[in-house]
Amino acid sequence: MDFPILSSIILLPSIGSLFLFFIKGSEGKSLQTIKYVALFVTITNFFISIYLWYLFDETSSNFQFIEDKEWLDGFINYKVGIDGISILFIILTTFITPLCVLSVNNSIKSRLKDFLIAILLMESLMIGVFCSLDLIIFYLFFEGGLIPMFLIIGIWGGERRVYSAFKFFLYTLFGSVLMLVAIIVIYLTYGTTDVTKLYEIGINANFQNLLWLAFFSSFAVKTPMWPVHTWLPDAHVEAPTAGSVLLAAILLKMAGYGFIRFSIGLFPLASEFFTPLIYFLSLVAIIYTSFVALMQEDMKKLIAYSSVAHMGYVTLGIFTNTQQGLEGSIVQMISHGLVSAALFLSVGVLYDRTHSRLIKTYGGLVSVMPKYSILLMIFTLSALGLPGTSGFVGEFLILMGAFRDNFLVATIACFGVILGAAYMLWLYKRVIFGKLNNKDLLKIDDLNKSEILVLSIIALPTLFYGFYPEPLLNTVEVSVNNLIDTYNYNLVSFGANNG
Amino acid sequence: MDKLNFIYPEIFISLSIMFLLILGVFKKKSSNLIISLSVITLIGTLVLIFGYPINTNLNLFNGSYKIDYMSSYMKILTILSGIFVLITSSKFLKIYKLFNIEYPILILCSILGMMVMISSNDLIVFYIGLELQSLSLYVLAAFNRDQIKSSEAGLKYFVLSALSSGLLLYGCSLIYGFSGTTNFDQISILMNNDQYGLTFGIVFILVGLAFKISAVPFHMWAPDVYEGSPTSVTLFFAVAPKVAALTVIIRFLYVPFVNVIDQWQLIIIFLSIASMIFGAVAAIGQKNLKRLIAYSSIGHMGYALAGLCVGTNQGIQSSVLYISIYLVMNLGFFSCLFMLKRNNTYFENIDDLSGLSKNHPLISLSLMIILFSLAGIPPLAGFFAKFYIFKAVLDQSMYYLAIIGLLTTVIAAFYYLRIIKIMYFDLEKEKYDKDYNLGLKLTLTLSTTLILFYFIYPSKLLNIVSQINII
Repeated sequence: MDFPILSSIILLPSIGSLFLFFIKGSEGKSLQTIKYVALFVTITNFFISIYLWYLFDETSSNFQFIEDKEWLDGFINYKVGIDGISILFIILTTFITPLCVLSVNNSIKSRLKDFLIAILLMESLMIGVFCSLDLIIFYLFFEGGLIPMFLIIGIWGGERRVYSAFKFFLYTLFGSVLMLVAIIVIYLTYGTTDVTKLYEIGINANFQNLLWLAFFSSFAVKTPMWPVHTWLPDAHVEAPTAGSVLLAAILLKMAGYGFIRFSIGLFPLASEFFTPLIYFLSLVAIIYTSFVALMQEDMKKLIAYSSVAHMGYVTLGIFTNTQQGLEGSIVQMISHGLVSAALFLSVGVLYDRTHSRLIKTYGGLVSVMPKYSILLMIFTLSALGLPGTSGFVGEFLILMGAFRDNFLVATIACFGVILGAAYMLWLYKRVIFGKLNNKDLLKIDDLNKSEILVLSIIALPTLFYGFYPEPLLNTVEVSVNNLIDTYNYNLVSFGANNG
Repeated sequence: MDKLNFIYPEIFISLSIMFLLILGVFKKKSSNLIISLSVITLIGTLVLIFGYPINTNLNLFNGSYKIDYMSSYMKILTILSGIFVLITSSKFLKIYKLFNIEYPILILCSILGMMVMISSNDLIVFYIGLELQSLSLYVLAAFNRDQIKSSEAGLKYFVLSALSSGLLLYGCSLIYGFSGTTNFDQISILMNNDQYGLTFGIVFILVGLAFKISAVPFHMWAPDVYEGSPTSVTLFFAVAPKVAALTVIIRFLYVPFVNVIDQWQLIIIFLSIASMIFGAVAAIGQKNLKRLIAYSSIGHMGYALAGLCVGTNQGIQSSVLYISIYLVMNLGFFSCLFMLKRNNTYFENIDDLSGLSKNHPLISLSLMIILFSLAGIPPLAGFFAKFYIFKAVLDQSMYYLAIIGLLTTVIAAFYYLRIIKIMYFDLEKEKYDKDYNLGLKLTLTLSTTLILFYFIYPSKLLNIVSQINII
């Protein structure tokens, strides 16, 4: 492959945003042009990434489509490449972004052009995160995302947007600077930040724990894990719908991906050592935030807390280090990406009509918005992990992996499933069923065509992969196997050396 | 004297100063002409410096004057900042009726002083250069003499700077007394760990130099002088003297005293940490943009010093790179300040930026990029500057310094974000005038482009800087 397909996927949205930048005017016709250009760019990117999936060789555990160019002379190379794990995240990103662009119709009232530029830049950076095979490049993409996201929350958010934008920015920056120290230390010790080379060299067992903690501090904030999750509900509640969707669907996955690629991949011994810590934090996240979610009065906040709980499953699954656990985590992340995006869009639909996110405003919506009720039902059920939806596949695999590793942890985690069902169904009941007390609701319309389009586009893969998760699992299987083999090999050889 | 051609730049600039002075006296109302001629002089000086062979390494005048790669590089930085100060500020000067012939000539004088400082390899030469630039700067700070704040700034700067010069001179005399020479190379031969008199000398001289780059705890003058001086002079303060003083620090620490690094290393580490923390924390409460940039420059000097205290060539290079990028960012920042003009008044409070993005999307976009870069967010140039510093620091296993430094960037990010918040999230005010002159537009475009696209080809600057080898 000579054509730099990964770089073009990364660059295309940026070029699109540059193009948008030069479109003059902000009303009527030019607004339409702007939207169409953004849509065109993102959809093209989606098709390229699908084509990439088609070209991708699922039977190989090596990184594919590698591009390796000298960037900082003799120091850092611009190196990108994908394996079975990254490709799914790339497709998730390119799949969600056009939907974000579609959904701006109603929710973004001012500065649409700037908003779309920010979204497109975000897409570039996020794809970059999933492709990069060099720690420094990874860091650049990982941190670069802060700037557009800060602006998205801050400019187009709700009332407390400034507070949440600052919180989001400073929390994540704080987590990441420690990672930067760790990356530089790795470079100085091993003379390279190339991930594939570092996989071969293996990081010295004495350093692993500290380095792992430094990476962890960054990923934990971004995941977000309890107790540093508090920025997420604030950021979500105040972000515009499209921003929330990006945040929940893709941004949170960068940390999960980081855990798999770097924590497990580079620091297997430390990962094993810290597994109890992760289990503990994950369990707290699952149980505690589920209870918190149960008590929320704001729909967006409820979904945000449920995201924390779902990401708790993800971290739990990753660190079980079993085939099922890891694959489950990946499926769970993809599924959560779809479902949380859909849920935020659904809340956005209501918010556009009534300008309220409070649950108590609603009730009995089924009589005025039947189509909406059906679609929301699908996503609610998927969020709580009903069999036949993609949420089930992920949760089931994670719990299976957890049972193989630690019975107690798995048992406690199972209670989270019940709690998840409780808060989601209760939310659905309070919003959709019951008496229609609020007379204002009688005036609102059911979904319009573009909303139906967006939501059903998400509903399709949710159901499809619920019934038939094979394509996802096949894609990741070899890479995950390879990862676990290396992990176990490291543990065994370390054990042999020390006893 | 066959090597005289290597100080042609200095000779050229001195002659031009005298010529311009005479021209200014005899020809009334020639400010426009003199400013243009000054810019041409500086460009001419640049050309002369570029004329050196790249690997020049010469000691002139009995080894008291050094022409090497670093001196050329730093002179180029200083002269470039002088050029940009002159081309951005003419409108500002006209409006505040400061458009006199003295202004460009004083700037030329101080640049000449800085060039002497940068090349000095001898305590006396260094002191002469320092005084030439300081005297010009005193006058420049008080240039808007009808305004009480400007006079106050000039006086304050003069008193405190004279005090620090006194300390510095005392240090010089101690060193001379204990070593019997003022030449850097000879001191380094005579130097050993037992001479406590020399250590005292180092401390006094470092205090004097720390004052010049406004490192904590010798920073007290900076916010007031920055705020009081005319903005164009503040810009000059923020860039050129720092470049010169930093060069002298490098030369002073790494030529005569490189063997006694354990005597001074701790001092620099302390200055660095204190500046980083203080610069980050104290800037949070500021309301005036010039005061804020003063505190931010204190913090930035802390990072530059962090590169200096590691005692390796790599550390020096990272500091030089840092100061280069810092210079670009400051030029951009001040260009934005020069654009905040309405009805012949310039605005300099943070609140005046409120909602700037609605009325002036391009200025606010540039300012946002510059601010994110100052905060050190990737992939902008400011990130790379910090990155090299911390790489050099970690290379010597000084983990605590790196971690403190990085944590202060998080704190510092807060106040940069606050400006961005005011520009982008708050309600707009009246529009500002849009009659920017070409120099201003050029400077802003150039600095923003450099900052934004630095990441595409970061090797270039690194390669240039990495030829600086002092040790």
